[in-house]
Amino acid sequence: MPQVLDTLDLAFEVNGDAVSVKVPPGATLLDALRDALELTGTKLGCGEGECGACSVLLDGRVVNSCLVLAAECAGAKIVTIEGLAANGKLHAIQQAFVDQGAIQCGFCTPGMIMATHALLADNPTPSEADAKRALEGNLCRCTGYRKILDAVLSLANGGVAHD
Amino acid sequence: MIRTDVATEADAKRTTKEPSFIGKRVPKLDAPDKATGLARYLDDIKLPRMLYGKILFSGRPHARIVNIDTAAAKALNGVRAVITADDIELVPFGFGSDNTALKKGTVTCVRDEVAAVAADTPQIAAEAIKLIRVTYEDLPVVASVAEALADGAPVIHEKAPNNIPFNFDYLHGDIEQGIAESDVIVEDTFNLQRVTHCCLGTSGIIAEFDATGKLTLHSLSQVPFLYTHDLSRIIGIPPQRIRVIQPPIGGGFGSKLDVHPFEPICVFLAKATQRPVRMHFTREEEFFATPTRQPMIIRLRSGAKKDGTFTFRDVKMTLDNGGRTSWGATTPWISMRTFSSLYRVPHVRQDVDVVYTNNIYACAFRGYGNPQATFTIEAQIDSLAEKIGMDPLDIRLKNAQEPGETTGQGMVLRTCGLAECLDTAARNAGWEVKHSGAQKPTHGIARGMGMASLFHVGGGAKIYRSDGCGTMLKVDDFGGVTVQTGSSEIGQGSETVIAQIVAEELGLPIANIRIINNDTALTPWDVGVHASRTTFIAGNSALRAAREARGKLLDAAAAMLKRDADEIDLADGKVVDGDTGEPLESIGKVIRGMHFGGKHELVMTTDFYEPPSKAPDKEQKGDISACYAFGTHVAEVEVDLDTGVVKVLGFSAAHDVGRVINQLGIEGQVEGGIAQGIGYALSEELKVEGGYVLNPTFTDYKLMTTQELPEIKTAFIETQDPAGPYGAKGIAEAPLVPVAAAIANAVYNATGVRITELPLTPERVLAKLQEARGDKSGETYGETCGQPHG
Repeated sequence: MPQVLDTLDLAFEVNGDAVSVKVPPGATLLDALRDALELTGTKLGCGEGECGACSVLLDGRVVNSCLVLAAECAGAKIVTIEGLAANGKLHAIQQAFVDQGAIQCGFCTPGMIMATHALLADNPTPSEADAKRALEGNLCRCTGYRKILDAVLSLANGGVAHD
Repeated sequence: MIRTDVATEADAKRTTKEPSFIGKRVPKLDAPDKATGLARYLDDIKLPRMLYGKILFSGRPHARIVNIDTAAAKALNGVRAVITADDIELVPFGFGSDNTALKKGTVTCVRDEVAAVAADTPQIAAEAIKLIRVTYEDLPVVASVAEALADGAPVIHEKAPNNIPFNFDYLHGDIEQGIAESDVIVEDTFNLQRVTHCCLGTSGIIAEFDATGKLTLHSLSQVPFLYTHDLSRIIGIPPQRIRVIQPPIGGGFGSKLDVHPFEPICVFLAKATQRPVRMHFTREEEFFATPTRQPMIIRLRSGAKKDGTFTFRDVKMTLDNGGRTSWGATTPWISMRTFSSLYRVPHVRQDVDVVYTNNIYACAFRGYGNPQATFTIEAQIDSLAEKIGMDPLDIRLKNAQEPGETTGQGMVLRTCGLAECLDTAARNAGWEVKHSGAQKPTHGIARGMGMASLFHVGGGAKIYRSDGCGTMLKVDDFGGVTVQTGSSEIGQGSETVIAQIVAEELGLPIANIRIINNDTALTPWDVGVHASRTTFIAGNSALRAAREARGKLLDAAAAMLKRDADEIDLADGKVVDGDTGEPLESIGKVIRGMHFGGKHELVMTTDFYEPPSKAPDKEQKGDISACYAFGTHVAEVEVDLDTGVVKVLGFSAAHDVGRVINQLGIEGQVEGGIAQGIGYALSEELKVEGGYVLNPTFTDYKLMTTQELPEIKTAFIETQDPAGPYGAKGIAEAPLVPVAAAIANAVYNATGVRITELPLTPERVLAKLQEARGDKSGETYGETCGQPHG
C-alpha cells in the first residue's frame, strides 16, 4: 500500500515573504491562501474558474487560484491583493480603481486588480480592446465594467493620458 | 435659531454658492478597504469555536417525505448537530405564509430545505449531508404555469386549490371605451424568462448566542429592521434580543429583501450547538437555492388614435411563483404602476394570476416587475407607431407626461423630465440618422436602433406603515462627525452619498465623516434598501439631522463671535463670514466652547424622516412615492442575419434624477444597470425543466463580460425635485428597467422581425429570422459559406 498523506507541508513565497503551510492534499492555492495563511483578500466566487474573483499572480502569471492545487505551488512566487499596497500607500492600480469609481460591492475587485496588474506588467500601454480581453475572465455584477476599464486605461503609459 | 424645516435667507444664499461636495465625483468611502482586500466579507469572518453549517436540499420538485434517517450523519466524527423539521418549531413565513425553515410533509421544489448539519469543518459538514438518508414518495410535478392551470392539475398547497394564491388586479378608466376610441390596436403575448441575481459574493450568515441567549447575526440582509421582525417570529426570539450586523455585502439587487430559510436554520444550528455557526453557499447552491426574478407570461393589448395618442392598455399576466412565496410575488404592484403610468394612458387594466408550480421560487430583483412590464409596453409602442406611420420618438413625446400631472393611478408628478430624457437620449444616440426605416436586408449584417423609457418610484414607496429612515448625528470635540443611519450600504454607494450631504451642510471635509450603517444595535430604524429609496429617504434624514446640527453650531458661533447667525457660514472646517468667506474661527473651537463652556452642550441631533407619500388605497391608487423617476435608453445593435448573433454597439441613457449627488456613483449605477439589462436581453436565463435547474454555473448562465460592453453615453436631467435632498430622486433600479426593451426594439428596427421572448440568444433570433424569411433550417449556413446545399 502506498502511503496516504493527511497533510502536505509546502513552502513558497507569498507577497515577498517565505511561508510554509500545512494543507490537505486536495487543497487549492485559494484554500492555502484563505484558510492556512488568512489572506482573505482573495475571494471565492465560484470555485470553478468561471468568475475570476480568486485571481492571484503565480510566478508573474495571473491564475484562478481556485483551480490551482496548492501542491503545484511549492517553491513558487505568489502575489495576492494584500501584496500590492506598500508603506501605507495604495498601489497605483488600487488608487485608480478607487478614484475612477471602479468599485461597488467590491467582491470582484481583488481579482480585477490582480488581472490588471498582470496586464500592465505585460503591456504597459494597453488599448481598450487589450483591457477588455485581459479582464474578460473576471465577472462583475455591479459596475458594468466601464469604470473598471477607465481605471485600467488611466494607468496606461504609466498614467499618462492615452486614447 | 436656524429652523430646519424651512429654508432661511442664509440657506437661500448658500444654495447659490457652488457646492463643495454635492454633484462631485466622490470616490466611495469603502473603496480603499475593498481595493486592498481588507474589507471583511461574511466568509472572511472566522469566530473562535465557529462551526460550519450546511443544508440538505430536497433535490426533488414535488415529493412526500416518508422518512429521514440522520443516524449515520450524527455518528460522523466532527458533526455537532443534525436537525430536521422535527427538531424545530415550524412557524410559517414568507409573503404567502407557505414556507418554513425546514420542511415537514411535502417538498414543493428542488431547493426545499430538508435537514441541516453543523460540523467542525466545511468538509465534514458536506460529508455529513451525504450521509442523511431521506425516503421520498414522488408526487406529480407541475413544471409550468400551463400545467398548474390545467384541469385536474395536482394541488401544490391546499390553501390554493386552483394553484393561484394571489391576484393583483387593477383598473383605471374603461377598457371598452379605450378600445372604441382606438384607430389601431396591437396584441402580443410576451414570455419573459427566469434570471437570477448572480451576486459575486454568495449568500451566507453567521449566528451566535451570548450567555444570556441574546442572538447576534452577521447577516447580508438589505432590510435589517424588517428582517429582525420577521426572523424573530420564525425563531421564537424577541426582536429586542436580536442584533443584526452587516459585513460588506457582495451584491444585493433585491436578493436580500426576504428572510431566507437558511437564515433561521443557521440560528437553530447555533442554538443546538451553543456555538457560532457560519453558513455560506457554494455557487451552485446560489444558483438553485436562492430565489430568482419572476418568469412572466404577459398578454398585452394596447391602442392608439391616428394622431398617436395612446388610448388603452389591457394586460393579462401569469407569474410562475414556484413552490413557495416570497415578497417577490408582489412584483405586480410595481408592474401595474408601469402599465398605468409609463406615458399618459387613459384606460388601463391589469389582471394577474400568481401561479404555484414546482419550480424554484422567485423574489425581488432590481426593477421588481418593471423590466418585464416595460419590455411589453415599449415593444407595442413601436408597433403602434409603425401602424400609424409615426416615428417611435415622436409617438413617445406625444404621450410623455408633463410636470404637474397626476397619472391614472393617482401618482402626482411634481417633477417629470420624461420629454427631456427622450430628446436627450435620442440626440446623444444620433437617432435621426441611425434609426432606419429602410428596407431590411435578409443576409449579412443589419444595424438598427431602438428606444424605451422607464417610470419608477424615485422617492421611496409607501408599502409598509412607514417608509421612513432615522439618523443620529454626533459632532465630536475635534470636528469629527459620526452619522448613524438606518440605511444599509450594499455596494450602491449610499454611505458616500450620506457623507457628502453631511459634509456639505457642516462645511467639513468628507474625511471627517464616519458613517455607521451596519448594526441594528446602533442604528435607528429604516425600511431597508429597496424601491430605489436610500438616497432620497436616508439622504433627507441625514440632511435634516445635519441642518439641525448646523443650526446649533451657527447659533453657538454667533454668540461666541457676537455676530448674527444669518451672517456666518461653515466652510472648510471653519466658521466663516457668510459674504466674504473670511475665516473667523475653527469649528472645533466652537464645539469645545459649547461642550466645556457654560452651556455644557453636546452637538448631537436625531431625525426621523417620513416622506410625504401616501399608502395606496384598496384599488392600489394613490401617491405612493414622494417623487418619480423617468428615463430613456436608446440602443444601437448589429444583428448577424446568418447566425442570429446580436451585438450591442452603443447605448445612450438619459435619466431624470432630480439632481446628481455623486456623479461618479450615479454613472456607476447607470452603467451597471445597463450591463445587467444587456445580460437580461441577450444571454441570461436560468433554465428550469421538470422543476430541475439545468445550468447552475457561470459557464452555462451567461453574464455580460467586458467583451460585450458597448459604448455608453449617460446624461442626467436635473429636474430639482422639491422634496428630494438638494433636489435628488432615487436612481438604483431604474437603469436596468428599459434596457431589454430598447435592445429588442433595436433588433426589430434592424431586422423587421419582432421577438416577444427573452433572451435574444443567437438560436432564438436565427429561428425567428428564418421563420420570417420562410427559410428551412440549414439553408442559410450553406449560402453564407458558399457551399452547395446539402
